[in-house]
Amino acid sequence: MVSYLVKRLLTMIPLLIGITIICFVVIHLAPGSPTDLQTELSPHASVEARERLMALYDLDKPVHVQYMLWIKKLATLDLGHSFSPDGRPVVDKIAERLPITIIINVLSMILIIAVAVPLGVISAVRRDSLFDKATTIFVFVGFAMPTFWLALLLMILFGVNLGWLPISGIRSLNYEYLPAWQQHVDLARHLILPVLLSAFGGLAGFSRYMRANMLEVIRQDYITTARAKGLSERVVIYKHALRNALLPVITILGLSVPGLIGGSVIFETIFAIPGMGQLFYLSVMSRDYPVVMGILFIGAVLTLMGNLLADVSYAAADPRIRVSS
Amino acid sequence: MKTDFWYRFFRNKLAVAGGIVVIALFAVSLLAPWIAPCDPNEINIDRVLESPSSEHLLGTDQLGRDVLSRMIWGSRISLKVGFVATGIAILVGAVLGAVAGYYGHWVDSVIMRFVDVMLCFPSFFLILAVIALLEPSIWNIMIVIGLTGWMGITRLVRADFISLKERDFVQAARVIGAGDGRIIFRHILPNAMASVLVAATLGVAGAILTESALSFLGIGVQPPTPSWGNILTAGKDNIDIAWWLSLYPGLAILITVLGYNLLGEGIRDSLDPRLRE
Repeated sequence: MVSYLVKRLLTMIPLLIGITIICFVVIHLAPGSPTDLQTELSPHASVEARERLMALYDLDKPVHVQYMLWIKKLATLDLGHSFSPDGRPVVDKIAERLPITIIINVLSMILIIAVAVPLGVISAVRRDSLFDKATTIFVFVGFAMPTFWLALLLMILFGVNLGWLPISGIRSLNYEYLPAWQQHVDLARHLILPVLLSAFGGLAGFSRYMRANMLEVIRQDYITTARAKGLSERVVIYKHALRNALLPVITILGLSVPGLIGGSVIFETIFAIPGMGQLFYLSVMSRDYPVVMGILFIGAVLTLMGNLLADVSYAAADPRIRVSS
Repeated sequence: MKTDFWYRFFRNKLAVAGGIVVIALFAVSLLAPWIAPCDPNEINIDRVLESPSSEHLLGTDQLGRDVLSRMIWGSRISLKVGFVATGIAILVGAVLGAVAGYYGHWVDSVIMRFVDVMLCFPSFFLILAVIALLEPSIWNIMIVIGLTGWMGITRLVRADFISLKERDFVQAARVIGAGDGRIIFRHILPNAMASVLVAATLGVAGAILTESALSFLGIGVQPPTPSWGNILTAGKDNIDIAWWLSLYPGLAILITVLGYNLLGEGIRDSLDPRLRE
């Protein structure tokens, strides 16, 4: 296990370098980059903003020196200062908004597993039944659904027409005056719609994947063996088959991290949730380049971590992986 | 082989339905000037936010423009984004995948590590970051969506190339003196187009979804040019008074994307029935 972990960590190094190179290339699309200075700037970059960009990314130096200096800053988590009037360090701005984004993503991941696993298993076990067909339709509609639109519809239904749920922010106006337990209830009520919606996108893909997995496992010899030795169908399906079908799910969870993080921009913007996604959107709109670049970098690193975590837990759960790789 | 394909395709009702939706969408966007009941940009401040009626079938927006006409014109944006973005993704993806699969060794490692790195970025983040630095114009959006969506195609094409390059017809081509370029593009690539076609159909659906989300956030197609996404922005701004602004454009996106997905899956199943689960 230790040697697997070391190997896996080593493969992260080239990826991390690749991430920094792509971020670096993207930075150079910014007005204020050397190419733009020659071809007279786009009007939206003020002289001051250009100078700050010059200083932050050392744009007056040769490209390889710029890169090395930038990496040095990254290594100390110095992502520069925001262009917004508060001018705070980018790291602080991201750090204070990261928790709520992670909470929402973790909750929606739990919801995805809780719903998609039974859905996939039951439709695989009862293949071609009415339930299976209904699930397939749900999956196709789920794939095609613009989730921001679904968000609008649910806001109209639950927020405007029925008035059951709040549709904006994570706290009510009177939050401060509520007793502790009601504060939790208040927070939970605000999170219901965002979590539901960010889970929705993953649900379709996940339950379809689970179904395919389960169908594959049921065909295996050891399932026939289990049936042959007289185990009840219940034990065969939920003990022998399910455990094996669940394994690859870990990988898919890791792979779904970028989608969830990317989606947070949309949900946090729609529901006015003060997380990293909303900060990203606001920074894009106000062309706050240091923050945009900082979140782009952090987003990629979070994805990398998600994949690492998935691979390591897979190896922990399945000894075959550790030995063969 | 070809007749087999069409036979299987036409037996698959969902795939045919998807095909019909896609053809209908083409027809609507080509015929937009003739079938749109009103000028999509004609402002009428006396008739702001009117609910659907016989005169304005899908109601009017916050500037009194006819929503149906705007949606009909908006279909052109979806069509354009879908095809241009996917075209770019295929071009980049197929060439990189072909080169990686054909040459193998370090070329393969470099290209596939590049794919891994690109996959680390939440694609929506990358798209937004680039759009923030450039201008949010329709062309920039199409290019950026294309340049962030080629990785899956590279993997598919590479896998096809690895198995195809060992086949006899490739050896034969090499024996008669065909160069690498000729072998890659004239002999192997045509044989790998099936999986690319399927990926492309599904890719169009993805590109349409991404464009609508960008336009909805106000970073995509800029008003007054109508797109389904930016009509929904108006829907959100008037969420408590004008449900029709939110309902219909989203429905159009849903049906369109569903159509492309069903068509793509149908093509895949018809090309190779063994691929069916």
